[in-house]
Amino acid sequence: RLQRGNFGDVNFDPYEPAVDFFSHEVRIHPVTNRPADKRSFIPSLLEKEKVSKLVHAIKMGWIQPRKPKENVPTFYDLWAREDPNSILGRHKMHVPAPKIPLPGHAESYNPPPEFLLSPEERSWEQQEPSERRLNFIPRKFGSLRAVPAYPRFIHERFERCLDLCLCPRQRKMRRKMRVNVDPEDLIPKLPKPRDLQPFPTTQALVRDFLGIFLLELMEFWGTGTGPEGTALGSDDGTVRFWEVISARCLRTVAVGSAVRSVAWNPNPNICLVAAAVEDQVLLLNPALGDRLLVAATDQLLDSWEAPQEQRIQPVQWIPADPEERAKGIRLRLQHDKPVIQVTWHPKGDYWASVVRNAGGRQVLIHQSSRCWSQDPFRRSPGLIQCVQFHPLRPYFLVASQRSVRVYNLLRQELTKKLQSNCQWISSMAVHPGGDNVICGSYDSKLAWFDLDLSTRPYRLLRHHRRALRAVSFHRQFPLSQFSCAVFPVFLAHYPYFPVDLLQNALLVPLKVLKGHVPTLDLGVLDVAFHPHQPWLFSSGADGTLRLYT
Amino acid sequence: MGGLEKKKYERGAATNYITRNRARKKLQLSLPDFRRLCILKGIYPHEPKHKKKVNKGSTAPRTFYLLKDIKFLLHEPIVNKFREYKVFVRKLRKAYGKSEWGTVERLKDNKPTYKLDHIVKERYPTFIDALRDLDDALSMCFLFSTFPRTGKCHVQTIQLCRRLAVEFQNYVIASRSLRKVFLSIKGIYYQAEVLGQPITWITPYAFAHDHPTDVDYRVMATFTEFYTTLLGFVNFRLYQSLNLLYPPKIDSQAEDELKPAEGKEYAMDSESYLERLSALSASLARAVAPAHEDEVEMDEFPVEGETAELMDAKKKEQEALEKHKKLFEGLRFFLNREVPREPLAFVIRCFGGQVSWDKSLCIGATYDATDPSITHHIIDRPRVDKQVVGRYYLQPQWVFDSVNAKLCLPVADYFPGLLLPPHLSPFVTEKEGDYIPPEKLKLLALQRGENPGWCLLVEEESEEEEEEEDEEEEGDNDKEDEEEEDESEKEEEMKLQKIEEQKMEEQKTQSNKVTAGKVRVEDKQRLEQEQQSEEKRLAIMMMKKREKYLYKKIMFGKKRKIREANKLAEKRKAHDAALKEQKKKKKKAQQA
Repeated sequence: RLQRGNFGDVNFDPYEPAVDFFSHEVRIHPVTNRPADKRSFIPSLLEKEKVSKLVHAIKMGWIQPRKPKENVPTFYDLWAREDPNSILGRHKMHVPAPKIPLPGHAESYNPPPEFLLSPEERSWEQQEPSERRLNFIPRKFGSLRAVPAYPRFIHERFERCLDLCLCPRQRKMRRKMRVNVDPEDLIPKLPKPRDLQPFPTTQALVRDFLGIFLLELMEFWGTGTGPEGTALGSDDGTVRFWEVISARCLRTVAVGSAVRSVAWNPNPNICLVAAAVEDQVLLLNPALGDRLLVAATDQLLDSWEAPQEQRIQPVQWIPADPEERAKGIRLRLQHDKPVIQVTWHPKGDYWASVVRNAGGRQVLIHQSSRCWSQDPFRRSPGLIQCVQFHPLRPYFLVASQRSVRVYNLLRQELTKKLQSNCQWISSMAVHPGGDNVICGSYDSKLAWFDLDLSTRPYRLLRHHRRALRAVSFHRQFPLSQFSCAVFPVFLAHYPYFPVDLLQNALLVPLKVLKGHVPTLDLGVLDVAFHPHQPWLFSSGADGTLRLYT
Repeated sequence: MGGLEKKKYERGAATNYITRNRARKKLQLSLPDFRRLCILKGIYPHEPKHKKKVNKGSTAPRTFYLLKDIKFLLHEPIVNKFREYKVFVRKLRKAYGKSEWGTVERLKDNKPTYKLDHIVKERYPTFIDALRDLDDALSMCFLFSTFPRTGKCHVQTIQLCRRLAVEFQNYVIASRSLRKVFLSIKGIYYQAEVLGQPITWITPYAFAHDHPTDVDYRVMATFTEFYTTLLGFVNFRLYQSLNLLYPPKIDSQAEDELKPAEGKEYAMDSESYLERLSALSASLARAVAPAHEDEVEMDEFPVEGETAELMDAKKKEQEALEKHKKLFEGLRFFLNREVPREPLAFVIRCFGGQVSWDKSLCIGATYDATDPSITHHIIDRPRVDKQVVGRYYLQPQWVFDSVNAKLCLPVADYFPGLLLPPHLSPFVTEKEGDYIPPEKLKLLALQRGENPGWCLLVEEESEEEEEEEDEEEEGDNDKEDEEEEDESEKEEEMKLQKIEEQKMEEQKTQSNKVTAGKVRVEDKQRLEQEQQSEEKRLAIMMMKKREKYLYKKIMFGKKRKIREANKLAEKRKAHDAALKEQKKKKKKAQQA
């Protein structure tokens, strides 16, 4: 029984009605018969002492009655004497907290239907609280009585409190500017391209080579009197000569393997083309144009006689055998490594070649009339990308991966080192005026140097999306256009001097010439200007040659 | 040369800032005490311009206070009170431990208290400053006044909050400074204009709170402590500016009216007073006998450089404001018992209307539901049982929409049981290019005095549908116009792209075979546009990096805005179309 939690005795009743001993009824007899104490009749001595002490303390003023407590704060006119001097420096430093943004239509209990979230916008729950544009889900209620309490009301108040006391504040001036700024004002005011005409605007000619990968284009020849044309080196091991006016291929010279670079002698009295084919440089006489000129060129090359004393040269000058001679090849220069670029001095006698030979001999300067080559540098300044002769002054520009060095050829010293701020320079062009240099780079930047100003780029244009593979200036001075081989071809006018001479020279973009189709992630490979017409040739990876006029 | 070596981080920005922990140590306060002090004194962390410099080269995330702020806290008398309070708590704990109840009693009597009056004055040297910062104070007080009297915080605080909130409401009624009301799903937003300062506050709907556990009520209580002090002083000043007695007294005239109706058994006298005040039905007693020429014409001071037109515009605005203030003048409202009494009574009284409610609902009812002079009966039930002739039965949204529209809207849309028109936010002012809901367009037209066929819902169905269609078409046209403007740029780009593609295709075909040429008609205008857009694109290319970034950001924001507006418009169109379909179906079903 005990284990079950019951009482041991069966007859015990725990719920008997209780009998009140002390009831509310007044009895005539006392409950206990004990007589009262004596002390209950005598005043207490102890109490008397205590009371007299208290009385004494009160009389002496030691104990005072409690002050009535004021539970309710009293308010008065706090700003009765407002004086502006009381504004401290602190208040000027004060950054007032931004007010809570006011609610929009979406927060209404009965919003217009378009503000409710559609099923596909219900990703609200999956978003992070900080990502949400609204911190609530808009809901629609038919009547006011249906609107429930907002469960996050206290949360939001609390978050506001935390923002007020814990969120760091900062005065932002730029922000203010940004609010007021008109985006149209930010666009620079440039002269209209229409005023800078002529420049190539439309595509006039397309020549599709149907899959032949055009590696490297072309320079122009022609004096303006005779036939004009372009030379084109291509992947299939030929150098082709074109006439511009008829768009006809005049000659095709098979050279064996892919042509990396072609350069036409800029001297109008010499008809000579330098072409880089693997580790050789071929000097070609295309035998086009004036017959006298062609003969004079051959004569010039043949007139040289080898000196008695053989000097040690960095390259071998090999005269062409008769078979080759019939094709037009006059001299072969055997380099020890593949040649990537050839470029002529404006006078037309000297020319330079760049060899892909990291760490070793990379740049060579040759003199065609004396069959003479020399290595101008004792030490190689990094991986050289391209070289250029200055069109007017005796300067030699060498572009390594990240910088351009300008050497004075007369004094044989380094004059300047231009820092391009690019990662990998691909090409370089010198303005025919001589003061400006532009560099294109594989990281799609275009650096524009003013040689008079600084060794840092005057402007760095970053608006291209693909690598710049070639840049080119128009050779005739007043046009002073340049173009870059990007996709699509970008054409700009530079330098443009505003009427006000105090202003700096401007670069005015003229046109984006479209037409090429990117293949294998490559767009336009090379560009070249016609020497005196505002025409532009471009060759692309899609195997086309395009003329823009 | 010579001189001492300059050490890093011993001058400049690094010396102007102090980390929180260092500040705490400097003040010799515990973290909760430091927090409280910062809240009360309104000290907040600052974000240094160069965080790494200030942080002595480290990039660890730290909060920085201005050193000057902390030095300023050093002289605060309240810091001493905090220390006293700490001592008091220690003594009290000891007395409890020893069960010395007399000591406990005595200590409790001498509990150190502090006042925040001087801090209010210091933080807000002018009254206008205080008004500017009143938003949070009011929202907090209204929230705390709805808390239950148990638990979360002291009963006195809640009572005080309630009192101050009611006082402020009474002031707004007396000065008629309410401007906008908005029923949101979070609560009710009010906006009043006091001394030219817009003051916005939010009150929760009258439901019991589900107290969250992840909220630190101590922080909120500290804020409330400051806010109640601030609001008390502001109230005093505001009452004074209107010549009202403070603490507020109900006008004796009104009091006499109230007394017999209500009887003695309602509540204790002291409590009932606040209740009667919070009923918001009686006007307040003025310290000086109310002068009845309240509407004294303002003298006009012609200010130099202000043209007559400007003056006229100002005058017109003033007139409109006066009219808005007297929106409900002469109207008698009766609130049914399911309607939220306090917000409605507050809003109606703010615009000069008379309001009453069921006697058993709340103290302060002035007239009965059977009163024949009642003009508007606010009701929130689908049906009315016994309609009395000569009054409008309306849903509560009518009151709020009318206030926001600044005119008494047509009542037809708001009859009980009808689908209400959307309730729009009065705080949104649409700029050019923003999406404007069609209801807002209607409202704007109504405000201009045109009647675009607002209350056609009850009329014959055929007519209604026609008209509606017309409206919709109008609306659609408007929308399309906007869209065109917005999208003109986009379209241009698209067009250009298409042309380009065409060209490309042509080229492709050209290279392989010769086809008969077609004469393309060249649109001169389009060519011009094309050229202009290209010029713009080229010019954008030449922008400086920083400007380009800014430009791109602005344009991105604009585009996003347009996108959003278009999306909303589209949604609305789809919704309207769906609605029409449904209606047609229903009609067909009815006919069949």
